[in-house]
Amino acid sequence: MTQPFATQTVIEVTYLVASVLFILSLKWLSAPTTARRGVRAGELGMLLAIAGTLLNRGIVDYKWIAIALVLGSIIGVPLGMVHMTAVPQRTALSHAFGAFCVTLVGTAEFYLRTPEVPRFTMAVLSMEVILGSLTFTGSLMAAGKLQEVLPQRPITYKGQNFVNLSLLAVAVGIAVYLVVHPAASQLFPVMLIIGLMFGVMMIVPIGGADMPTVISLLNSYAGLSAAAMGFVLDSKLLIIAGALDGSSGFILSVIMSKAMNRSFTNVLFGAFGQVQASAAAGHEARTVRTATAEEAAAILGAANTVVIVPGYGMAVAQAQHKVRELFDALTKRGVDVKFAIHPVAGRMPGHMNVLLAEADIPYDRLLDMDTINPEFPQVDVALIIGANDVTNPAARSDPSSPIYGMPILDVDKARTVMVIKRSMSPGFAGIDNDLYYLDKTLMLFGDAKAFVGNIVRELTGGSH
Amino acid sequence: MNSDLINNLYVFVLAGFIGFEVIRRVSPLLHTPLMSLTNALDAIAVVGAIVLVGENSGVPGAKSKLATILGTLAIIAATSNVVGGFLITDRMLKMFKVSNPKKP
Repeated sequence: MTQPFATQTVIEVTYLVASVLFILSLKWLSAPTTARRGVRAGELGMLLAIAGTLLNRGIVDYKWIAIALVLGSIIGVPLGMVHMTAVPQRTALSHAFGAFCVTLVGTAEFYLRTPEVPRFTMAVLSMEVILGSLTFTGSLMAAGKLQEVLPQRPITYKGQNFVNLSLLAVAVGIAVYLVVHPAASQLFPVMLIIGLMFGVMMIVPIGGADMPTVISLLNSYAGLSAAAMGFVLDSKLLIIAGALDGSSGFILSVIMSKAMNRSFTNVLFGAFGQVQASAAAGHEARTVRTATAEEAAAILGAANTVVIVPGYGMAVAQAQHKVRELFDALTKRGVDVKFAIHPVAGRMPGHMNVLLAEADIPYDRLLDMDTINPEFPQVDVALIIGANDVTNPAARSDPSSPIYGMPILDVDKARTVMVIKRSMSPGFAGIDNDLYYLDKTLMLFGDAKAFVGNIVRELTGGSH
Repeated sequence: MNSDLINNLYVFVLAGFIGFEVIRRVSPLLHTPLMSLTNALDAIAVVGAIVLVGENSGVPGAKSKLATILGTLAIIAATSNVVGGFLITDRMLKMFKVSNPKKP
């Protein structure tokens, strides 16, 4: 307000331009051909906004700002250079950092403004701090589970939902009290701590298989807390960025929840129960057909169309580069090779595409579930590497199955199915897969990387 | 104040709609870069932290001191998201290539 009019206008214009660039950035991200331009636009917008902010006449001292900007950049570089398999935990960590920033600023703003905080400001400030603090600890927990520092198994106890919801209710109760009595500053740290606790408690019952949904949800919370901060600071740029991030996380959560067959309310409230392990799996000894690498290579080499279905097991075995060699060997023989990507393949939305792109597999060969499913009846061989539940036909046909209703890749409609698998042990959800017992299915037992390597050797050694 | 609030609500709702329409069109291929990019953009919160530190550092009083410390930490966290987020997004996008017919 004390700013000379001209400077204030310049700052506002940089913010406006930055907002436009942010929206263009996401628009250009829609296709791989323009996506990198999107990154440039985002960077430019960010640079403009920061430069504009530094013009702010209210700033009396630049020392700590400069130190913090440099330190942040130094920490940011290694976080931008992590291995592609580690991108999910890096993303969770950056949600935590974003939420950390928002929570700290919210806390500082509260103490600067108390005892006189206008009601609406106090309401959004509470929202900022509650969402920020729960996203902070929740994301740290998620990162820990993804990094396998924390146990991936869901930890549940009786009355868990009640405890969690009560915690949240107390935090919201305090927020309401603060709106009415903003001078009661001793309650503020209580609200903050409950938010931090709730973040931990929220993630404890969630297992590794649900991580793609959780990450998306935390993404959405991070965005909403930033938008709330925008309301507190009366910054439209922040409101816009927060709203974009919030809706992005929201859309991804909905896509992930659909792919896992979870209801919409489940996503909104973050109440993910773990999948009940099927208790009475009728374990009569059923027979499977097996094949050697040599036989598999002969069948693959003679096929016209092959669809490879990669799962996270492929990435765990670090087999994506061998898979790429297989792709090359088959393509050279004139076989049409495509990849079928289930939305929850990998550990965060789109993760599998990144892992395959890293192995230099062209992205026009990577097809999503809705595109590839109608093609399966014309496919000669479906080769499944490290995927299990997303190929289980029980999801279509067996209402008693815990995964019933989950959209799956219709691999069983292909003429021949091959499954590379270590053993007959069941997947994440602990469910037997009927696919393995079909007459058309060949089980290829072994380590994914070694087995694919053997197939490649057979294919390239035998002929030209 | 009141009209500011209404204006901000308009901005929030409209930006939400734009976000929804734009992001709905992002190919599932690019959902991971999408998340890392929105994360980097979200770190625009750094501008709030910069103003906070700039207005309070060096100003006497416990509240200003607290604001300076919290704000400095906030700038560090947000800047690392800006740098790391843009960097990894670009690294990922660089890897997405079409099949090249120039195979020997």
